[in-house]
Amino acid sequence: MDFYSFLIQSLNALQYGLLLFLVASGLTLVFGIMGIINLAHGSFYMIGAYLAFALTSLTGNFFVAILLGIPLALAFGAALEALLFAHLYKRDHLEQVLLTYGLILIFEEVRSLLLGDDVHGIPVPEIFAASIPLNDTLSYPVYRLVISAVCIVLAVGLYWLIQRTRLGMMIRAGSHDRDMVQSLGIDINRIYRTVFALGVALAALAGMLAAPISSVFPGMGSQVLIISFVIVVIGGIGSVWGALIAALIIGFADTFGKVLLPDFAGLIVYLVMAVVLLWRPEGILKKG
Amino acid sequence: MKTTLKGFTRHVLLAAAALSAAGLAQAQDKVKVGLMLPYTGTYASLGNAITNGFKQFVSENGGKLGGREVEYFVVDDESDPAKATENAKKLVKRDNVDVLVGTVHSGVALAMSKVARENKTLMIVPNAGADELTGPLCDANLFRTSFSMWQPSYAMGKVMAAKGHKKVVTLTWKYAGGQQAVDGFKEAFEKGGGKVLKDMTLPFPNVEFQPFLTEIASLKPDAVYVFFAGGGAAKFAKDYAAAGLKNSIPLYASGFLTDGTIDAMGEASQGLLTTLHYGDGLDSARNNAFRLNYAKSYKAQPDVYAVQGYDAAQAFNVGLTAVKGDTSKRAELIKAMETAKIDSPRGPFTFSKAHNPVQNIYLRKVEGRENKVIDTPEKSLADPARGCKL
Repeated sequence: MDFYSFLIQSLNALQYGLLLFLVASGLTLVFGIMGIINLAHGSFYMIGAYLAFALTSLTGNFFVAILLGIPLALAFGAALEALLFAHLYKRDHLEQVLLTYGLILIFEEVRSLLLGDDVHGIPVPEIFAASIPLNDTLSYPVYRLVISAVCIVLAVGLYWLIQRTRLGMMIRAGSHDRDMVQSLGIDINRIYRTVFALGVALAALAGMLAAPISSVFPGMGSQVLIISFVIVVIGGIGSVWGALIAALIIGFADTFGKVLLPDFAGLIVYLVMAVVLLWRPEGILKKG
Repeated sequence: MKTTLKGFTRHVLLAAAALSAAGLAQAQDKVKVGLMLPYTGTYASLGNAITNGFKQFVSENGGKLGGREVEYFVVDDESDPAKATENAKKLVKRDNVDVLVGTVHSGVALAMSKVARENKTLMIVPNAGADELTGPLCDANLFRTSFSMWQPSYAMGKVMAAKGHKKVVTLTWKYAGGQQAVDGFKEAFEKGGGKVLKDMTLPFPNVEFQPFLTEIASLKPDAVYVFFAGGGAAKFAKDYAAAGLKNSIPLYASGFLTDGTIDAMGEASQGLLTTLHYGDGLDSARNNAFRLNYAKSYKAQPDVYAVQGYDAAQAFNVGLTAVKGDTSKRAELIKAMETAKIDSPRGPFTFSKAHNPVQNIYLRKVEGRENKVIDTPEKSLADPARGCKL
């Protein structure tokens, strides 16, 4: 591999890593901070992509679709929390697994009934549709760079929210000791509802932003679920920066694994996870 | 001694046949058709199309197969190989079906074929392309009305060599189907004087193609050959175009890259060349009538999967008609299917010794929302059926 290809592959890796962070960011909140094992995270991503598809078809504009989609996803998340998840905080992890697995099946079936099982696509929005030429044969799609930028903004925003705001402080406190926070006069239920809604909205936003490049199809959620858990675990449960670093490590491992060790490309991500966890059993950055 | 025994056997058989015929006339038993197909998950639309096609033939045939009414036993296989054996056993042992029809996913179909073989159940595969099904694992009771992975990819190797491409790069998912497609392609392409610079694979169902596009751009081959299907296919074509490669390095694929994905690909799909055993614009009376009826019944346009389901019903009907609905005459039923000329919407086909269709492979070009047939690079192409002892 010459130096120029190495640079382009690094760009691929960076961009893929940021995209992975976007997908995993919602899970960092819900699993990492609230401690709920949410197997339906991938379904929220799928719902986001289908929302983008349906709303873009209805309104004719991708940006309008996103602006409408985010409040819808927030409301959906809040409703789910109130109806289902609120009853599970004090219960066993196994019950959370059962509930969220059931949700996967329900969401897939409802999606199938409402929108069918065909593969759909959304065109990349006009103003980002161009590609930047890198050499005589290869160019880089602008939209991918835009997604990367959005991911960086989100990472900073999430970090700020959790580490620097009053709400973030309450969230962190609540994740340590629910009862104590409540007895201090803070409405912990409302905080959890907010965080869960935010987690759902982040997953849906990831799906919406990825829709124009990934196309929209049944089962797309299950593809991102496992990698999201890998990232949250490697990064250190509850750490936004940890998740970002983990996503970038996975991005690089996956990209260069595919090019340099094609026979082991499927394994490499999990090898990295094993090595990181042997080195730091609690993940790269511990809770803090 | 031998003659008497033969004579005796014949008498017994005749008596048995008479008895069963009488039984038939009395009870008007329905013929039991087991449909084991994906109705949920990624391949749900394929399972539905196959089912629709199958039922369309039955209704065109007066609601009967081989003169008998049809009773369906339906199982959703979820495209999950882990559940395949259990699901197939339900149909074969509990429901005692006369024919097992399925499925889309090759891994599931391989497990099903094992159950069918052990219980000597007649099985018809309406999609799964794994070469093994009509190769090393071929069986007298097993027929396929779709294709083998080898067929369309072999045809594409020939097409690309004929176009004068000398150096190509291949890319597919690292699973049996992708491997078999690439092997079939290589066989014909290298025979035609071409050279494969590099075979690239990525784990199934990973869809992060960017590193490979970078590799392709730096290798600068004359052309690229891929095997992808479904959502991954749509994403690949879009990524390929967005990376600016579509205009400089032509992209070819066999099979299903552009089936059911053209809308999702949008502009990126236009002009793509693929090979398959069916396509749009096959202007025959048979195909036109099929398409018209299908559109009327299901308010949707039929696709290759619907054709394969339709032909599964047709093939079974030929066999069942030859024995006047008497499924106990299995050897005769199979014989009739083996020698039949199936009047398929794709064009007539016969079964090879290994029970795979001997069929035309078409070269199709995406124009608008259609896979327009522009050529027939292989006429009556038979799978080599390597490892089959039938």
